[in-house]
Amino acid sequence: MPTRTLTPGTDVVERALVVDPGQLAPGRAAGFPLRREGPAKLTGEAKYTDDLVVPGAWYGATIRSTEPRARLIAIKPDPDVDWSKVVIATAADIPGENLVSSIKDDQPVLVPIGGEIRHVAEPIALLAAPDRETLRRLKGRIKLVTEALPPLFDPEQSDHVFAQYEVNHGDLDAGFAEADLVLEGEYRVGHQEQLYIENNAMIAVPGEDGGVVIHGSMQCPYYVHKALKRALNISSVQARVIQEETGGGFGGKEDFPSVIALHASLLALKARRPVRMIYERHEDIVATTKRHPAIVRHRTGITNDGRLVAQDVEVIMDGGAYCTLTPVVLSRGLLHAGGPYRCPNVRLSGRATRTNTAPNGAFRGFGAPQTEFAAEMQMSRLAERLGLSPAELRRRNVYRLKDETPTGQILRESVAGEEVLEQAVVASHYERVRDRTAREASDRLGSGTIPAGSLRSGDRRIANGIGIALAWHGAGFTGSGEVYLASVASVELTADGRIRVLTANTEMGQGTKTVFPQMVAGELGVPVDWVEYPPQDTAEVLDSGPTVASRTVMVVGGLVILAARRLKAEVETRNPGVPFHEAFRDDARTHGATRIDQKFEPYPGITFDDATYMGDAYPAFGWAAAVASVEVDLDTCEVRVVDVIAVDDVGKVIHPVLCEGQVEGGTLQAVGYATIEEMKLTDGRYLNDRLATYLIPTALDAPHIRSILVEAPYSGAPHGAKGVGELPMDVAAPAVVDAIHDATGVWINELPATPERILAALTDAGDANRGAAA
Amino acid sequence: MSAYRFLVNGSPAEVDVPGMRRLLDVLREDLGLTGTKEGCGEGECGACSVLLDGQVVDACLVPICQVEGRIVRTVEGLSLAARERGSLDTLQEAFLDHGAAQCGICTPGMLMAARAYLDAGGGPDEEPIREAIAGNLCRCTGYTKIVDAIASVAHVDA
Repeated sequence: MPTRTLTPGTDVVERALVVDPGQLAPGRAAGFPLRREGPAKLTGEAKYTDDLVVPGAWYGATIRSTEPRARLIAIKPDPDVDWSKVVIATAADIPGENLVSSIKDDQPVLVPIGGEIRHVAEPIALLAAPDRETLRRLKGRIKLVTEALPPLFDPEQSDHVFAQYEVNHGDLDAGFAEADLVLEGEYRVGHQEQLYIENNAMIAVPGEDGGVVIHGSMQCPYYVHKALKRALNISSVQARVIQEETGGGFGGKEDFPSVIALHASLLALKARRPVRMIYERHEDIVATTKRHPAIVRHRTGITNDGRLVAQDVEVIMDGGAYCTLTPVVLSRGLLHAGGPYRCPNVRLSGRATRTNTAPNGAFRGFGAPQTEFAAEMQMSRLAERLGLSPAELRRRNVYRLKDETPTGQILRESVAGEEVLEQAVVASHYERVRDRTAREASDRLGSGTIPAGSLRSGDRRIANGIGIALAWHGAGFTGSGEVYLASVASVELTADGRIRVLTANTEMGQGTKTVFPQMVAGELGVPVDWVEYPPQDTAEVLDSGPTVASRTVMVVGGLVILAARRLKAEVETRNPGVPFHEAFRDDARTHGATRIDQKFEPYPGITFDDATYMGDAYPAFGWAAAVASVEVDLDTCEVRVVDVIAVDDVGKVIHPVLCEGQVEGGTLQAVGYATIEEMKLTDGRYLNDRLATYLIPTALDAPHIRSILVEAPYSGAPHGAKGVGELPMDVAAPAVVDAIHDATGVWINELPATPERILAALTDAGDANRGAAA
Repeated sequence: MSAYRFLVNGSPAEVDVPGMRRLLDVLREDLGLTGTKEGCGEGECGACSVLLDGQVVDACLVPICQVEGRIVRTVEGLSLAARERGSLDTLQEAFLDHGAAQCGICTPGMLMAARAYLDAGGGPDEEPIREAIAGNLCRCTGYTKIVDAIASVAHVDA
């Protein structure tokens, strides 16, 4: 299938997926359905977890460690307090295994007496009280007796390895021997907080059957379900998990909700009444997962004509105190670490280790933003050394059809790296602007505040810069992940003639509730409003896998489309000559309900060997380019990102408005990552653990973002879609830092590129220039 | 404790609570108006923005004793007239059409900040719109579609 580009305002999406525009109000969202839960969100009627009124519910709190590493000797409630009016739960109250179910069995629900405390916010005990005032008053009256142990904060010094992988391709020594230029680089990125605006929130209601019903903010109801069964020792039926309206996730509500659901449940079971566990912002920042910090080292060999011949990349990730999702974050990070470039000789080696900070976990991009930042900085530095335009060097190396990746995967289709690159270059007038910023820079050089540096001279305080970056993002789960998940999604025609899409995939703002009915309606030829999307409740829907990895539209959307096709065929077979939309109501009356459960089948021709780490790491890749324009204040070194052109190949655009929304939002999170979002730590404690101190971009900090959507469909998915959520997160940060270099002449190798780091780099450059002159 | 009287979305309200109780808690818990959200509890995120005598305030920073005799408007009161007709008001419709609400948790506060801007005669230019919503954090949209939505309504009003 050919690659197509959608520019804003055009409507080239195939009508096959679009409901009859006549069914929609004129002028509305250009013929696409409006966000289904939008009106409820806009009127305040939408119920998020903390909005739910639960009669008789108590309030729960977590007693946490304050030490990064220690032995827990005792938990001592103040003897002067009357504890009979409240409930305390400890590890001794856990009916099942004291484990938060995840990839490795290493994280306790609560640290047991004698157990090791591994980070400053580690949960030790739980307290529930009838009102918040009592809770606040008594929370501080439970003392922990501990014996301090030496903590470890440097992931390179840690000998506890959560995961390590190595990918070898070609002959590295031969590659370096062929190189005209060898460039080394070290890049560092820190923690990034997801900062969904709705904090983690969970309400546990004890059931009459000894089980528990969870209402909460989450991405993955079945992850929580599994965790409950294991730690509470209850059955699948006794554990029931219902996702409530969720105010953002971005990966931050992938695995952590299991922890808070278990805590709320333990209190609810002990107190025999519902318990609300609603985090405040401070606690949410202190205790929940962040993007993994990483150190990435590159050694790259390249020829004088700009051909990559050797890439040796080492990735070290800081997993924090427990494993959580670290192995798969590292895996994705490593598999993307070379960037979207053809290179015959590659070694990618990575490890993730344990340190004494709160566990790190999923955040949009899942390891790839860290490693692709490094890969892109390395490419831009190589371009500078070779005297090539950064766009031109990427043009010469970007993967093309039939190229081979380091895991030996042949890119057989849906390769759009060139397309997104050229679209970004053209739309931004990249080379023309770059010529202009280069002239401005040469006028500045040699004078200014720092002699021989590039700081300003005269009264021109602002330096302009333009930067470019390119990225790829593997679609769906890594390797054999989707095969193991074995997701099931259903489409049902009920006996009373309703059409329902049943999946466990959640709405957290990205548009699941809108696009699933849209796709099914398109297949069945009915108005979108006729298709229902019941709540994500484990008592009602099968496990269609987690809402992560940009897999919802691609993988589960594919299942939903196939299920709809089968339903249509069944109904039309029973009613020859009558189209589904005319036949289904009578068919339901006559034949009763028809439910199609569609199970995931491996994508054709895709194989991956988990043992050797060779094969098709992903069924397909999404491709993205970004061009950022910045203004750097040469007095203060503050950076203003003026605009970003984001070009993203998503395979197939299902809903242009929602898809652009993903690109714009992901782009701004990446701009924040590049410029202002920095978690500062001392002794394993986050220093800026409030919203007043951990900054995210406001409307005034945000650049103009123009999104250009490209479609290079993937034939293995019935609709061709490859996912969109994470792709834009991979690419904007290196584009911004490349633009800062264009403006100032200095490379910032550590995110975020704060004024302090830029000033330090300028000062060093000035010193070096002075040294060279002397 | 003493009773505080004020108007909420055009209706009289009376609550008998401590004077330092946050307006946010009074709205959400005493009056059941949960459309107003809490994001940080320290006046940084704007999720709890409401209008107090037409001015945008963070309801988490306003003690109820300061609300005595004043007029409070929340997201639930934004479209009272329109909702009687079973629809959204023009600003809410613009948010829906432009895709300006994603996860929706910042949306009520964002709408109130936008309403105050438009009521004060704000126009469709981008910079003043961004200024007007600079106290309201959104992590989903990148703000582009929010700014577009507000500008589209400002055009209509002008």
